[in-house]
Amino acid sequence: MRDVAVVGFAQRQMPDFDGSPTCVEMLVPILGECYEQTGWTRHDVGFWCSGSSDYLAGRSFSFVQAVDAIGVTPPVNESHVEMDLAWAMYEAWIKIQTGEVDTALVYAFGKSSAGVLRRTLALQLDPYTMTPLWPDTVSLAGLQARAGIDAGLWDERAMAEVANRSLTDAEKNEHSIRKGGSSVEELLARPMYADPLRKHDCAPVTDGAAAIVLAAGDRARDVRDRPAWISGLSHFVDASSIANRDLTRSPSTAKAAAKVDLRGVEVAELHAPFSHQELVLRRELGLGDDVRVNPSGGALTSNPMFSGGGIRIGETAQRIWSGEIEKGVGHATSGAALQQNLLCVLEASTGKDGA
Amino acid sequence: MGKLPAAVVGIGQTHHRAKREDLSMAGLCREAIDRALLDANMSLDDIDAIVVGKAPDLFEGVMMPELFLAESLGAAGKPLLRVHTAGSVGGSTAIVAASLVQSGVHKRVLTVAYEKQSESNAMWALSVPLPFNMPVHAGAGGYFAPHVRSYIRRSGAPTHVGAIVAAKDRNNALKNPYAHLHNEGTTVESVLASTMLWDPIRYDETCPSSDGACALVIVDEDTAAASPNPAWIHGQAMRSEATSAAERDQVNPQASRDAAAYLWKQAGITNPFEEIDAAELYVPFSWFEPMWLESLGFAAEGDGWKLSESGETAMTGRLPVNCSGGVLSSNPIGASGMLRFGEAALQVRGAAGEHQIDGARKALGHAYGGGSQFFSMWVVGADKPTS
Repeated sequence: MRDVAVVGFAQRQMPDFDGSPTCVEMLVPILGECYEQTGWTRHDVGFWCSGSSDYLAGRSFSFVQAVDAIGVTPPVNESHVEMDLAWAMYEAWIKIQTGEVDTALVYAFGKSSAGVLRRTLALQLDPYTMTPLWPDTVSLAGLQARAGIDAGLWDERAMAEVANRSLTDAEKNEHSIRKGGSSVEELLARPMYADPLRKHDCAPVTDGAAAIVLAAGDRARDVRDRPAWISGLSHFVDASSIANRDLTRSPSTAKAAAKVDLRGVEVAELHAPFSHQELVLRRELGLGDDVRVNPSGGALTSNPMFSGGGIRIGETAQRIWSGEIEKGVGHATSGAALQQNLLCVLEASTGKDGA
Repeated sequence: MGKLPAAVVGIGQTHHRAKREDLSMAGLCREAIDRALLDANMSLDDIDAIVVGKAPDLFEGVMMPELFLAESLGAAGKPLLRVHTAGSVGGSTAIVAASLVQSGVHKRVLTVAYEKQSESNAMWALSVPLPFNMPVHAGAGGYFAPHVRSYIRRSGAPTHVGAIVAAKDRNNALKNPYAHLHNEGTTVESVLASTMLWDPIRYDETCPSSDGACALVIVDEDTAAASPNPAWIHGQAMRSEATSAAERDQVNPQASRDAAAYLWKQAGITNPFEEIDAAELYVPFSWFEPMWLESLGFAAEGDGWKLSESGETAMTGRLPVNCSGGVLSSNPIGASGMLRFGEAALQVRGAAGEHQIDGARKALGHAYGGGSQFFSMWVVGADKPTS
């Protein structure tokens, strides 16, 4: 495997983007930030890949106009996944591993506020047996939270502790759209939203976009003193039907964890759009108490669809660039109730160069 | 570090029809997957990862359908990727699947692309009104007709060349049991007599709207050793350009020319017309055959129509194009590109049945999408590439 690092990251998050559903206007400054961080122009980018969903944009081929944000003359080596930024990054990492290119810029966008997100996401379910019932995301997450409570795996207090820590940490994150911790008691006194979920147990509907820059070997060292080297990257999917799986577990997360080395991880940025999902993920990853979880505030404080997972990787990379940590893990999820999961382990050292 | 060798050892496709009401979306994909696995002499247990491709989700009305399909595709417990790059998606998906092997990350990858157009309405899905955008409301034919008119004007091609291509592809389809259209007795005259839809594109010069799927099993060198007839990947390319740019040449886009140049270089091909034994080009409207022949370098600019007119692209010609009947005879949109890639592989494996070109050693699979702005293509060969 080639040594590949995250060397650039830019993000925008907001409750309601005042612009087109394709978010092209938001992408232009984000790509600009990536050029500024790397000192590159778009001609230095060997491969492009984006992530988005036509169902958020409310139209077919929504990614086509996003390509315009690149300013594509001459043409580019480019692809698109109908998935989160993290998987667009995975495709780019694969492309670099084939040796065809040395650099890649991946981006993703989604205007969640253009519709009723929790209903839109019901269209991800089985169209023959589930979608006609319109089980929305929050209700499904509520069933998952209840399953864990009934099994004695967590309680409302543990969920509130996750929310309170996230809201407190978000105060230091300029991108978070919901912030301000108080106390577990105060959170538990708030009204139910979708029993046993309170509003703060659910990610806020967020518009946004983000981009990640990858580079191999010396191209990465040229950009940063401390590139965030990808030492492990793995993803798996589970069956969709919530009736056929144990909602208190996430086997795809456990499988991904078995493929990477999580020993020594200091920070874990977990893409948990519901408070109890962080508890599921922590259990599957076997993280010790000394691992800081979601110092950015995480998805509970800001969760732009289709970039929310990749942002976890970008947040982790920034802490390596700054020298704050030596090793961290970013996680992304997709589908109902943690169906699909990806882990990206980042390290300050490649393990080869003696650094 | 170069790419590791990869080969196609299993190919499956559905019997494409206007409506496969006997199958769900999962069933449609499984018909192709099960045939590909049988061809590869493998089961789902042998597969490391699955890559799904399809065109817009609005075509079936399901958001990210690979999520609900995961279990029926055999992807539960495996890595699953979903590619969407407009009409070129079937080709792009095969390339992403191949990359998983060429990178050394996986050894045996299954890829499937599909469209079940009968479950929704593609014309509606393409015509959602957008703020600040000129409505097309004419489907793809209305979009591409001006490009065709421009090609005819620039090349001075006789106006019946499109009908020659259409009659050829529809007759080739009679040799392909999987093709959607089996229109006996199609002639140049009958095509010319069909209704004009979007001048100069007539009804019989357009692709049908199909339900269908295609699946490929792509494996590493060691696994390919067990196959009697692997189709080795000699080169692959993807290129995209912007939708809106005043300087864009929409008849012969630079992204297409760039992709072809990169492809031929990888495959060590200096004279594509002489060296390629069969080509599966993405021709949804008949005139795109001569247009792509020029753009890909099979003919000089302005000369592509001469190959079509003189019969060189027929099965008996020197460059047989779309022996399968092509997109003009089956168009499950998301799968159409992968069908081109798979049909090219069938040719070099000697497994194309009645539409086999004898002794085919190198073949081209090609797809395009969007407003002629997304391109994916590969060259497959009967021999393992030397470099």
